[in-house]
Amino acid sequence: MTPDDTDRALLRLMQHDAGQPASQLGRKLGLSQPATWRRIKALRAAGVLGAPRLVLDAASLGFGVTVFLGVKLATKGRVSLEDFERTVTAIPEVQTVEHVLGLYDYRLRVVARDLADFERVLRRRVMTLPGVGDVEANVLLSEERRPGPL
Amino acid sequence: MRLSCSDLVIYVIFMLDDTDRRLLRLWQDTPDLSVADLAAAAGLTAGRAGRRLDRLREAGVLLGQQAVIHWPALGYAVQVSLRVSLDKTAARAFDDFIAAARAVPEVIEIQTFLGRVDVRLCVIARDLVHYQSIYRAHILTLPHIADIESLMTIAAVKSEEALPI
Repeated sequence: MTPDDTDRALLRLMQHDAGQPASQLGRKLGLSQPATWRRIKALRAAGVLGAPRLVLDAASLGFGVTVFLGVKLATKGRVSLEDFERTVTAIPEVQTVEHVLGLYDYRLRVVARDLADFERVLRRRVMTLPGVGDVEANVLLSEERRPGPL
Repeated sequence: MRLSCSDLVIYVIFMLDDTDRRLLRLWQDTPDLSVADLAAAAGLTAGRAGRRLDRLREAGVLLGQQAVIHWPALGYAVQVSLRVSLDKTAARAFDDFIAAARAVPEVIEIQTFLGRVDVRLCVIARDLVHYQSIYRAHILTLPHIADIESLMTIAAVKSEEALPI
């Protein structure tokens, strides 16, 4: 699908706030509510727009630390990748898992209450993952998402 | 010494009760749900669920909903994580670098770290040729880079970014 300028403007508005009703989005774009809804449905159907993400303030819920881990597997092969992925995705503190090519095999985003809690997750859950080798940790200080080439 | 209020950073931790937790868990798992459906799934009336969510919004816990764009569906097939070390002898290295990185449209995430990596950029491109042109023309020209490493994303295995509440 090739979105037109109106679709792009709609995506930009929804990146900022996807909670607003279609009527409100439409008003900002000079579209009727049904016309806006049709565009949202088309963007969904084309796989451009996924389910919205609920944005919670991690700090106010007591999650003070986010750490990115670069993980290298010690043993490789189809079975070890599947074992590793199945086990790592089941850890609740692991928010994202990316399979990457380069210095590491996987990139994990881990959230914890504080550094002591992070150490617990690292020692008990991550270091015990099947096939895990080198692990590098970087503590997140700040983060911003950009609108991207829309 | 005079302390202004902005020198103090106080984190107030909001204590969720079981009902709040149930609502947020359900909504994190299925962010598509309307408030009425969410209330029904949590065993609450729509009014009670709505009031709970309003309270979480006022407390700054619930910040909103963000659209998730799948860039491959828009023709951006390549995603690369660039791990950058900056030249810290330059006083404004972080500020200058981040300001310049914001001006590159293909940069979709900017994160700063404590650790071996200073800044990470997530860059998307249509294909490897396009990536190479962005990398040469817009990334390598960013100020104060001491070293740069890249990781190419092959697959997102888990990406919901849910909090373990």
